[in-house]
Formats: sequence, structure tokens, C-alpha cells
Amino acid sequence: MAEARQIVVTDDGPLLVSGPVEVVLPDGRRVRSDRPVTAICVCRRSRRAPFCDTSHRRKVRTSDAATDDEEDRAQRHSAPAG
Amino acid sequence: MLSDTAPRRVDPPALPEARGPLSAAVLGALRGWPPAMPHLDQADPYGDDLQLALYCCYELHYRGFADIASDREWDVGVLGLRAELERVFETALRKDVPAADGTVAEVTAELDALVVEQVEGRGPSWHLRRDGELWQLREYVAHRSLYHLKEGDPQAFVIARLDGPAKAALVSVEHDEYGAGNPDRMHARLFAEMMGSLGLSTAYGHYLDAASAETLAEVNFMSLCGLHRRLRGALVGQFATVELTSSPGSERLVRAMRRLGCPEQAVAFYDEHVEADAVHEQMVRLGVVAPLLAAEPELARDIVFGVRASSFLADRFGALLLDSWTRGRPTLRRPLTDAPTPAGSMR
Repeated sequence: MAEARQIVVTDDGPLLVSGPVEVVLPDGRRVRSDRPVTAICVCRRSRRAPFCDTSHRRKVRTSDAATDDEEDRAQRHSAPAG
Repeated sequence: MLSDTAPRRVDPPALPEARGPLSAAVLGALRGWPPAMPHLDQADPYGDDLQLALYCCYELHYRGFADIASDREWDVGVLGLRAELERVFETALRKDVPAADGTVAEVTAELDALVVEQVEGRGPSWHLRRDGELWQLREYVAHRSLYHLKEGDPQAFVIARLDGPAKAALVSVEHDEYGAGNPDRMHARLFAEMMGSLGLSTAYGHYLDAASAETLAEVNFMSLCGLHRRLRGALVGQFATVELTSSPGSERLVRAMRRLGCPEQAVAFYDEHVEADAVHEQMVRLGVVAPLLAAEPELARDIVFGVRASSFLADRFGALLLDSWTRGRPTLRRPLTDAPTPAGSMR
């Protein structure tokens, strides 16, 4: 029997899949990753979906002047996936 | 498996100019002059003179210098000088960062803190993304070239000091840094291509004379920890710090470059690091740090030291850039042609 491919589910981050992978998206696009390990986004916040870009990270505000959060959200919605 | 990339000879850089008695002593020793041990009592541990002196000692273990005999790497006179410089540097760092309590829980807390993102952060990548100018981006890249043209090399020294799962995972990350078998994807090579497309010299060590003490100190800390088995925990802490913080910072630099209209070839390096380091973060935490601590919990103290010291040095580098840039001043000791002329002409 073939050895099962391991998928690591991280605490609050991506799924880790080893070896080159091809990810098929809902719209039929195929995205390939040749990395030794690929991090697949499951929080759906990545601007580089289907791959993780660390957008799942907790954000804290340290200054009142900040408006980046809104800017970030706008960017995320307008940016093409992948 | 085999690359079509034509092998190229990497010429070692010329020796830099001394910045004081310590670097003059090291440069003299490299040239084979009788060793002269300068006084270190008054030395600034983070200053230009000591950091350049240390950098030159370490460079013998990487590419060396033009016209300097390779066997200087193990010359006892040079090694004696290096040990004295290292002592001053490490002692200062241990004094300047909060002492670790030695618990595994503290390592976890320290790494958790690194992955909390600021909504509105402060640092060179934030500034460059928001309203940095092209000359500032070029300066940033020139400073960074001291590390990135040998990206992965200081950390490779630690491989022989690890075992089991931690070793395997660290090598996997390093393999990726080295292009996963494809020299065209090697991060050092991507960095050189970015430099070229930004009109900077791609020659290894070209910006050594121009680099600030703050720049050299960050690279020196990696070399210090990589070359001493005693400091392998600190090296892993340093490695984790870079891999955990790099992805969002790289994203900001990608945005900075797009805003400034840089060519796609320039953007490729940081663009690659957004995704690559999102993976590396996980591999370092789950694959390197966790098994290393399980096998050798006594390394917890130095892993935390590595995180804190590299963050401390990164903050110093960031402060230098921001303080100078807000005054319209260049940060390279030998300013780039498009940088404002220092002092006087800026009002």
C-alpha cells in the first residue's frame, strides 16, 4: 500500500502539505507549488490564496492614527487570488 | 536535477578601510603583520570599529578577501583577536536584553509575540511601504546585501551541531533558501538580481565599506552564533526570529516596490519571501524549535537570548534608518548617487 501523505493542521494557521502540489480552485484554475512544503490557507484571509501569507496573524493596534486595517481589508477584497 | 545555469566565479571582495584601531589591528593581522592587541576597555561594542573588525574576522569563514591567504581563517593571531571582540559584543548583548528564565514556556511566549502583527507598525519596511523614496529603498537593499548575498550561510554552520528531527527540519528550510536544488531560485541569487535591477552593484561585499555598524552587527550576531557550538540555541532563536517576522515585512516591501514603480525582477525577491517564509515560520516552530527543546530543554535560555538579541539589533538598524531618513540624510557611509547630499544642502 502506498504511504499516506501527511497533512499537518496547525493551531491557528495553514495546512502544511509536503511535496509539490497542484491546487484546483473553485473556478477551475490550477495553481502549482513546487516548494518542499506548501502552506495552504484555511483562514480565507490570504491575499495569495490558496497559499498562506500569514494574514491569519492576530493584529494589535498601538496607535490611534491607524487606518491600515481598513486599507488592508480593501486590498484583500480587490486583489486577485493566487 | 542538474542546472543549466553557467557556473560563475565569485571573486572575494577587497579588504575594507579601517574604521579605528580595532579594525586596523584585524586588517593588519589579515595582511600578515605582527599581531597587535588593541585596548578593548573603551571599545563601543556596537560601534563601527568593533563591528567591522569582527565582520572581517568572520568573512574569512565565508568568501574571504582578495589577496588575503585562505589560511588566515585559522591563524591563531586572528582567532585571538576575534575571541576578544566576540567577548565584548556578547557581553554587551547579554547585558542589554532581558535575561531569560530558562523555561520552555518562555520560548513559546517569545515566539508567539513575534507573530502578533501591528496594525500600524514602525520600521523601515513600514516607512518604505507608506511613503519611502526610491533612494531609501536602494539604501535599504544595499545594507541588506551584507547578509542576503550569503543568505542561509551563517545558519548552515549550525547544521552539524543539531541532531534528529530539528536537524532535518532546519535543513529543509535551508534547502529552500538555497533554491531547493535550482541555483536560479537561490535566495542569494534572487537578491543579486534585485540589486542589479535597482541599479546597485551585485558584486559580493561591494557595500562593505558603505554599510553601517548596525548592519554589520546583525550579520555578526548570526556568524557568532553559527560558529560557536555553545551558542547553537541562540542561532536557532535568531533563525526563528527571521523566519517568523519576514513574511509580513516582505509583503510591505513588495508593496513599496510596486508603489515606486520598480521592475518585476526587483519585486521577485521579497515576493518569494512572503509565501516561502509563511511556510518556514511553521517549519521552524513545529519542526526545529519544538523537537530541539524536547531533546535539550536546557537550550531554552539561549533560544530566548537569540530571539531577543536579534530583535534588539534589528531595532537598532531600523532606528538608524528611520532617524536619518526623516532628516533627509543618507545612512550609507558612502552615499548612493541618488541620495541627498549629507548635511548642509538639506534645509
